[in-house]
Amino acid sequence: MKKLFLGVLTALALAASGTFAGTLDDVKARGNLLCGVSTGAPGFATVDDSGKDVGFDVDYCRALAAAIFGDPMAVKFVGLTSAVRFTALAAGEVDILARNTTWTYSRDTDLKQTFLGVNYYDGQGFMVKKELGVKSTTELDGATVCIQVGTTTELNLADYFKENGMSYEPVPTADNAESQQQYLAGACDTYTTDASALHGTRVNLENPDDHLVLPEIISKEPLGPLVRHGDDNWADIGRWVLNALVIAEEKGITKANIDSWKDTKDAEIHRLLGTGDDDILAMVGLPKNAMYNAIKAGGNYGEIFENNLGATSGINIERGVNASWTKGGILYSPPFR
Amino acid sequence: MMTKIAFVRKKEIPPSAPPITEVGLIGWLRQNLFSSWLNSILTVLSVYFIVVILWDFIPWAYGGHWNTKSLRECLDLDPDVACFSVLTARWKQLLFGLYPAEEYWRPTLTFMFLLLAIVPILFPRFFRFFWFSIIYPGLAVWLLWGGSFWSISIVYIGLTLGALFFLSLIRRYLKNYMVAAILAFLFTVVFFLFISNPLVGLLNVILPISLPFVESLKMGGFTLSLIVGVTGIVASFPIGILLALGRQSNLPVIKMICVGFIEFIRGVPLITLLFVASVLLNYFLPPGTNFDIVLRVVIMVTLFSAAYMAEVIRGGLAGLPLGQHEASASLGLTYWQSQRLIIMPQALKISIPGIVNTFIGLFKDTTLVSIISLRDPVGLASTIRADQKWNGIYWELYVAIGLMFFIFCWGMSQYSQYLERKLKTDK
Repeated sequence: MKKLFLGVLTALALAASGTFAGTLDDVKARGNLLCGVSTGAPGFATVDDSGKDVGFDVDYCRALAAAIFGDPMAVKFVGLTSAVRFTALAAGEVDILARNTTWTYSRDTDLKQTFLGVNYYDGQGFMVKKELGVKSTTELDGATVCIQVGTTTELNLADYFKENGMSYEPVPTADNAESQQQYLAGACDTYTTDASALHGTRVNLENPDDHLVLPEIISKEPLGPLVRHGDDNWADIGRWVLNALVIAEEKGITKANIDSWKDTKDAEIHRLLGTGDDDILAMVGLPKNAMYNAIKAGGNYGEIFENNLGATSGINIERGVNASWTKGGILYSPPFR
Repeated sequence: MMTKIAFVRKKEIPPSAPPITEVGLIGWLRQNLFSSWLNSILTVLSVYFIVVILWDFIPWAYGGHWNTKSLRECLDLDPDVACFSVLTARWKQLLFGLYPAEEYWRPTLTFMFLLLAIVPILFPRFFRFFWFSIIYPGLAVWLLWGGSFWSISIVYIGLTLGALFFLSLIRRYLKNYMVAAILAFLFTVVFFLFISNPLVGLLNVILPISLPFVESLKMGGFTLSLIVGVTGIVASFPIGILLALGRQSNLPVIKMICVGFIEFIRGVPLITLLFVASVLLNYFLPPGTNFDIVLRVVIMVTLFSAAYMAEVIRGGLAGLPLGQHEASASLGLTYWQSQRLIIMPQALKISIPGIVNTFIGLFKDTTLVSIISLRDPVGLASTIRADQKWNGIYWELYVAIGLMFFIFCWGMSQYSQYLERKLKTDK
């Protein structure tokens, strides 16, 4: 029934969006990009003390805006809760959704959305107090676990314990903040959510060293930006801005040194920065220096990561699998050609 | 034989002071807190719990940090006390949401005008200033959202012209109110369709008054709670009265519509209506229409609370003896006259506690909008926690938000008690 309902809604939305010109034209006509981000996900999207939007997803949208308009500020951020994010995208309230959203089969197909790639490989982890003496998730048999209800993490938890023949007692909570309170109050032995959130939380505990994020990751949570079905050109633009940021890191192009590549022998860098002869970005309707502007906006993928999730941000997440493939990670962009 | 009387008291004995156990502090304690063994136990238990809570709370709050830069700094200084620094850093956001900082004077002024505008409504002594309460809604919309002054004023100009047209019609030419009303309505529609836009354009050229435009996305914090709450309260009251009357109407169509509306709205949780406003409406509106999200939410909240209001007022109406209706009818009053002069004043008086109850409930329900992504204080709390500097802050934010809500709700409750005392005509 729910599926049917969503299907009808999506069909309506598609019928409606059929009357759009291309999304790129709409965005250009409007003069700014509407980017759906989280109303509050540590490291990914929030507002700082002065009211400015900041975060990993925010910086991606700024790069996209810079690619289109040459101005990273030509973007309006629409904070979306997880309850309304997909409908807001389908109904055209936002042009792109960059809201730490896990790429899954049914979201890709049933909800009629196009994921543009993965900008962060997350996974579900566990935090325990060190005094518990647990070193691995396999030692958690019989534990009480604080778990956010209604999330994929809840299902992953059940699957994982069943697979390993262990039992657990769930302590349901509404959000990460409540999980944390319950965990600190001793209501549960361990609490589980995306590892990125666990790291962010641990750093701000009274004594971070008393707590441990267990090394095992029990699920795949590839997060990435997504757009509606039906406008492939727009999807290509979003995908290749993301790829450009990854390639820039691979090639060593940073916000600071981006202007010093004019004499390089690397033809791909010339194509990317628009300093060569051929203007391949015209194919998607972007200016020749679009990717130059995108990288200039917030730096390459590595810089954006460092500023929002890494050491500079205070969250201190290691690059791990999110490192470039040249450095032992799995970030790998198709060639820019 | 003569009885020998040894002593005759000539004066009355001066009254002795009541026993110390019956007056003063001890007497009060005995009467109010220890009047029976059950009450004594309850008193002791309550005192125990109050002390236990305050024992922890007071040192926690009193010694709180106000000037650190982040939660980490607070914890490093003294982890056992509150970290109110988050309020120092974010109080402006809690009050104004993401409203541009250089425009903070606008919501502030709107709020001060609100206090002025409700005085004539709350206290009949100042009723001569009622005109300000009339112009306030337009003024508030213009101050909060900005844009051209004239595009808001034109609504007032159009409605005033329509009213004047109606009055002059019935004074000079027509005796039939219905026809005059229809003509005046058509006049107003024509005005808004064809005349208002060029007129606004002209006025903008002659005397351009405008404020920078602020979009609804930027509204948040208590400003948003007040926008939704106050508009909902003010608009739901008259709609509620009409629905209550409609439900008692003898005309079957009107009765059916009112009953259907009330029962439908009451049968659906508010959060569902908010989801309809935020999510579903977008599918049915033509693409590209920009139906303001705050307006959508305000409409839904108003409809929701109007249905409850209608039932509260219907309760008041049911509390009146039938004789009141019959008496007013026998005086020759028309339906509306008897409602206005006899029925409603009594029915509303009976309903005051229920009405204020609905208002307070509505005001607190505004926090539900955080679920559909609006940044009310509760929604902002999670946004603030997502900043790594304040990740992990919990109680400090909720204590502050709770305190603000308490002040508003307590104010409403105090006013209703004042009103009940003032309107008390029987013993």
